Amino acid sequence: MINRREFCKKTMMIAGGLAIPLTALEIFDPRRLHAEKDGKEKVRWVFLVDINKCVGCGLCVKACKIENDVNWDANVTRTWVERYVVTKDGQVNIDSPKGCRDGFTTQKIDQAHIGLKEIKPEDIAKGFFVPKLCNHCENPPCVQVCPVGATYQTQEGVVLVDRSWCIGCGYCVMGCPYGVRFFHPELHVAEKCTLCYHRLSQGLKSACVDACPFGARRVGNIRDPEDPVTKIITMEPVNVLKEEFGTKPQVFYLGSSKEVK
Amino acid sequence: MKNHVWRPLFIVLAIVGGILITRTLLVPSDFGIWERGYMYGWHRKSNEDVWKKYPIKYKTAKVCAECHKDKFNDLKDSPHASISCENCHGPNYNHPKDPLGLDIDRRRDLCIRCHAYLPYRDSARAKIPGIDPQKHYPTEECIMCHYPHNPKKPNPKHHTAGVKP
Ligand code: HEC
Ligand code: HEC
Ligand code: HEC
Ligand code: HEC
Repeated sequence: MINRREFCKKTMMIAGGLAIPLTALEIFDPRRLHAEKDGKEKVRWVFLVDINKCVGCGLCVKACKIENDVNWDANVTRTWVERYVVTKDGQVNIDSPKGCRDGFTTQKIDQAHIGLKEIKPEDIAKGFFVPKLCNHCENPPCVQVCPVGATYQTQEGVVLVDRSWCIGCGYCVMGCPYGVRFFHPELHVAEKCTLCYHRLSQGLKSACVDACPFGARRVGNIRDPEDPVTKIITMEPVNVLKEEFGTKPQVFYLGSSKEVK
Repeated sequence: MKNHVWRPLFIVLAIVGGILITRTLLVPSDFGIWERGYMYGWHRKSNEDVWKKYPIKYKTAKVCAECHKDKFNDLKDSPHASISCENCHGPNYNHPKDPLGLDIDRRRDLCIRCHAYLPYRDSARAKIPGIDPQKHYPTEECIMCHYPHNPKKPNPKHHTAGVKP
């Protein structure tokens, strides 16, 4: 039989033991300490989109698909351009046929299975184009949800997928608030914009940036105060998408308006 | 305590030990926590180099100038000056070694990406002269009349239509 004294003592011990946070049991890793101490790197890539300059030609989408071997005909793409047509009665029409791979060549709005919607030019209050791509968030939710460590952020802030490590569970595709991830049609692993990490590492710009004839897309290093992109981001009224999610997106938009989601 | 109490414990320990050993054998040595900490940097370090070595296909318009000086100069002072050669001719790869020639896209689709008229007065699209692809000589290729490297000029190669833009 257990007496009262024994019972109280054991209860306290169990309660105390449960209260020790799990992290206290984690094995000490010196690499982790190093990682958290030297967080200040010299390079942090950021992206700047100027909505006022985009004409919706889709040459960026074409270049991205070819540069990164994303199947041309599959209806998936790492970057795409959305068209926003706001009518005078406040209705917002958004479309992006084939991700704008072939540009916007008709006034009709593509409404998928519903068909094409005609809007009379005199009813249009404004129309503009919004290029979209991975935001390479400072706090990427897609990385947090990966159960196997197949997606990660490099020290330059680029979020990448380890193709040979990905198990294809799709959590990251669900976890991204911006919908930029998809499954690679041939490799069946999670696929996303790499900001053309291979080009950036060799001193070139991202393929979409080089392809854009109008300077609507730019890439820069936010840690370099002399970088023209950094100057615009710090001195001009830029916006980010879905700030309320707390992901700290690193794709900045010039000329954004309240309709842009 | 009796032996039959310890036996299952040994089995559990053996299973845990087995899992730990297979884990160390299967997980590569560079898998761990890197620069971005446990939350964002838990990955295989060598994969960064895999991505860095991804082949570059678009070599930018700078490289074209040395061999195609004439086209480069035509384009340089034209309304199309800002369009990179590779947008219309496809990526360079290792041209002219591989491939020997590049793609020449003569389809109307290439031009109407920018030139199909869209009624958005305040967007940058309005600054590009627009045509209605259904009405502007729908059966001909644009380059039959317009010279792509300088659209201000008629195409020197084609005078069949006899129209001078
Ligand atoms: C090292 C010199 C060199 C460079 C650099 C070069 N080319 Fe060429 N290019 C050639 C040669 C030589 C040919 C002719 C091959 C042949 O006989 O078909 C050619 C052919 C072409 C053709 C096909 C012409 C035809 O009549 O079929 C195109 C288009 C072209 N180049 C575009 C480009 C573009 C765009 C670039 C830049 C991205 C570029 N070239 C860079 C040497 C070069
Ligand atoms: C707006 C799209 C466009 C751009 C930009 C462009 N080209 Fe072309 N290029 C064409 C088209 C279309 C033809 C085919 C012309 C024809 O058949 O009359 C062509 C033809 C050529 C040819 C074939 C040879 C010939 O005499 O017809 C070469 C070489 C060439 N381009 C090189 C270049 C280079 C180099 C650049 C960059 C400096 C460039 N092009 C930029 C559209 C373009
Ligand atoms: C990337 C977008 C883009 C593409 C693709 C493009 N153009 Fe243009 N085009 C422009 C721009 C920008 C201008 C100049 C607008 C201005 O500043 O006046 C222009 C001007 C023109 C003009 C008017 C020239 C003048 O008289 O001032 C013609 C004609 C033309 N382009 C024909 C073509 C043809 C033909 C093709 C296909 C080979 C083509 N364009 C492809 C963007 C494009
Ligand atoms: C049969 C010859 C012919 C063909 C084919 C042709 N055009 Fe034209 N284009 C002209 C002529 C002539 C003009 C000038 C007179 C006018 O405005 O109609 C012109 C004018 C233009 C202009 C307006 C320039 C300005 O300053 O306003 C653009 C843009 C243009 N064409 C683009 C194209 C495109 C894009 C294609 C292919 C889809 C094309 N053209 C096919 C003959 C042609």
